[in-house]
Amino acid sequence: MSLAEESSVVSVFTEEEEESLNRRYTLWIKEALDELPHNFTITDPFLSGHPIVFASLGFLKMTGYSRAEVIGRNGKFFQGPKTNRRSIMEIREAIREERSVQVSLLNYRKSGSPFWMLFHMIPVFGRDDGKVINFVAVQVPISGRDHHRKLTSVGDDVSSLDHSEFVFGSCRREVCFGNFVQHRALPVECDDDEQGLEDWEYCEASESEKLRAVEAINNVLSVLTRYSELSGRLVCGKRYCLRGVDCLSSSLVISLGRIKQSFVLTNPCIPDMPIIYASDAFLTLTGYKRHEVLGQNCRFLSGVDTDSSVLYEMKECILKGQSCTVQILNYSNRKDKSTFWNLLHISPVRNASGKTAYFVGVQVEASCRNTESKELRPETKQLSVVGAVRVAVRSSFMVTC
Amino acid sequence: MLKIKRVPTVVSNYQKDEAADESVGCGRNCLGACCINGARLPLYACKNLEKSREKIVVSHEAEEPPVAFLESLVLGEWEDRFQRGLFRYDVTACETKVIPGKYGFVAQLNEGRHLKKRPTEFRVDKVLQSFDGSKFNFTKVGQEELLFQFEAGEDGQVQFFPCMPLDPENSFSVVAINVSPIEYGHVLLIPRVLDCLPQRIDHKSLLLAVHMAAEAANPYFRLGYNSLGAFATINHLHFQAYYLAMPFPLERAPTKKMITTVSGVKISELLNYPVRSLLFEGGSSMQDLSDTVSDACVCLQNNNIPFNILIADCGRQIFVMPQCYAEKQALGEVSPEVLETQVNPAVWEISGHMVLKRKEDYEGASEENAWRLLAEASLSEERFKEVNTLIFEAIGCSDQEEDLEGTIVHQQIPNGGVNQKSNRIHGGPITNGTASECIVLQ
Repeated sequence: MSLAEESSVVSVFTEEEEESLNRRYTLWIKEALDELPHNFTITDPFLSGHPIVFASLGFLKMTGYSRAEVIGRNGKFFQGPKTNRRSIMEIREAIREERSVQVSLLNYRKSGSPFWMLFHMIPVFGRDDGKVINFVAVQVPISGRDHHRKLTSVGDDVSSLDHSEFVFGSCRREVCFGNFVQHRALPVECDDDEQGLEDWEYCEASESEKLRAVEAINNVLSVLTRYSELSGRLVCGKRYCLRGVDCLSSSLVISLGRIKQSFVLTNPCIPDMPIIYASDAFLTLTGYKRHEVLGQNCRFLSGVDTDSSVLYEMKECILKGQSCTVQILNYSNRKDKSTFWNLLHISPVRNASGKTAYFVGVQVEASCRNTESKELRPETKQLSVVGAVRVAVRSSFMVTC
Repeated sequence: MLKIKRVPTVVSNYQKDEAADESVGCGRNCLGACCINGARLPLYACKNLEKSREKIVVSHEAEEPPVAFLESLVLGEWEDRFQRGLFRYDVTACETKVIPGKYGFVAQLNEGRHLKKRPTEFRVDKVLQSFDGSKFNFTKVGQEELLFQFEAGEDGQVQFFPCMPLDPENSFSVVAINVSPIEYGHVLLIPRVLDCLPQRIDHKSLLLAVHMAAEAANPYFRLGYNSLGAFATINHLHFQAYYLAMPFPLERAPTKKMITTVSGVKISELLNYPVRSLLFEGGSSMQDLSDTVSDACVCLQNNNIPFNILIADCGRQIFVMPQCYAEKQALGEVSPEVLETQVNPAVWEISGHMVLKRKEDYEGASEENAWRLLAEASLSEERFKEVNTLIFEAIGCSDQEEDLEGTIVHQQIPNGGVNQKSNRIHGGPITNGTASECIVLQ
């Protein structure tokens, strides 16, 4: 399966993704990371899509991509049809639970050829607030010639698998039975051996490969720690304090990042009900930057001509813990400083305790409401944001320890 | 004849006590001939898995996929009904937690799900029972409980029609709300609702369910199925589905491969899980996978073995769990403490999601308790082996493929069920269905 013929992979990263590391670790971080020999990637869970924001030169060489083709992608990009589903689930759960994981994984290069590697990932926490700032993943290629399990085909004697954990892979033209076969001893004709490895069910890494992974992780972490000291915003490999009450878990942020429409989450338990999450679409709609809106009450969107009775109606609903939809005049911070009619729907959202934890506000710019026949009704679309937020919030507190 | 008494879960606002007057005149806006004229629902025709498969293979799965169209439709319509007060309670107000332990069983305190009503008798010794129009079925739900029509499209692309008339001539499938939800977004998939199919698996219907899982494109949206005798409440063919954004314990259990079929479907058994189950995955196409599972389920049905199905990982993994809890209960063999919780091990419970009605059960929920309860539902190791042999034969996958002596081996037929009577029934089913009951209608 060659992807060479596929339409060219374009660079997809945004400015935020490009700048993600610089902001936390100073402008010298990328240069410092480039000096490490290992294969690794660094992701930012607070950006929509949980993208890769750094890929080492070793990683690029291993996968055959250029940096521009990798930054902005989610790690799933390197998985393919034969990647073990259970391993994918383990990684997904480690991210959701904000902990480390080490698992053998089949990935695919740009050329389409598969390769096995030992995937070792750790979270990196902010020292002050215990938030997950990044995930660092190291990839150590494993040959697994001695230690892998091949999928058997129909007609194979299944019982032979019961005895030994490892079954030897077979070259296309020569089948190697019996003893462990050393690299050197393999017949020269077995150069298309790689074609079989997609079908290996599992590929165990050797002890030395595992040690190399740990060493690499430690090296990357110490570079990040050192440069975070320079910027004054320390990170470390362990969580030193419990997340603040208004601090969203990275898994919740990742879930919310899947929702592409404009919405905010506010916290009614904190004085003045500040915004604690704003989607990218909200920022685009209103023209504000994320740091300008987080911690603020939504009233900054109102202005001189905003109907105060509508504001009153909203306040009443919030106090009663009810949903409501209003049409409200908002003032944007876009270049033209235009106003827009916002068909705003707000609703209380409960977490796993069953109690209201947040309010969600979903904004639809009135002029943009198209009733195209192929799309969902605008009302349905708006409510689907509420639904998706409910699922995300309810699940996010049910993280196993 | 074996029966147990239990209070059926109310899945529709129009479901009444069996004893109550069923002939309420219409004006209920149901799906009967009285009300269906002029009825409209959105129609979602999902992409043909084969035609779109090439695209999936060639292009990489890009970023964390955004909320998919189907997800928006399900969640948006569900939230609409939620705000309109169509559910019996607010499930998000029910406290829920992950039980500490290796597997992460999920417990929920839900006092409102189970009514304090007089229990109904359920016959639990026949997995195949004919449809009974006089009992509650999904043609009697109110149209407001329906969210949209769902069908497997012909195209490589999704087709959506926001307002399609319901055509009784053209057998349509619907997605409806479950008014007693286990979680937010709990829906029912009712294949070919007006055809009034009884609760039994057929190839076309299972494939539709697998399509839905694939279309939702979210591994946390699973579909489940309960056979009669495995705690299906209503004998009208339906699947259930909802979102839970974490893995089920069933999905975490280690597996050991047993066999691979000619079409490349890999069948494994679960290790170290309280309910002995099979996992089907792979296959050269999703239809191959779905058909293999259907063949296995038809075999279980014909052998009167109750079972549950979980469709997970966007349709890539399908678990089949044969069980015997109801039989044990009818014979008085379940321990009293387990019975007291009144938890029936249906598909979600076996998957690891326990809805508890008593606070003390919720407070004291532990992995050991959950394990103990589920273990009561499991077949014994010996019986499980026997059942697996039946299944492997049925899907054309016996160990001795060449040796046909004394064994009835059936061809794998892609689109039809076959009346299969294996000659190897061991001490097993309580009653044998009659031949006419066993024929799978297509």
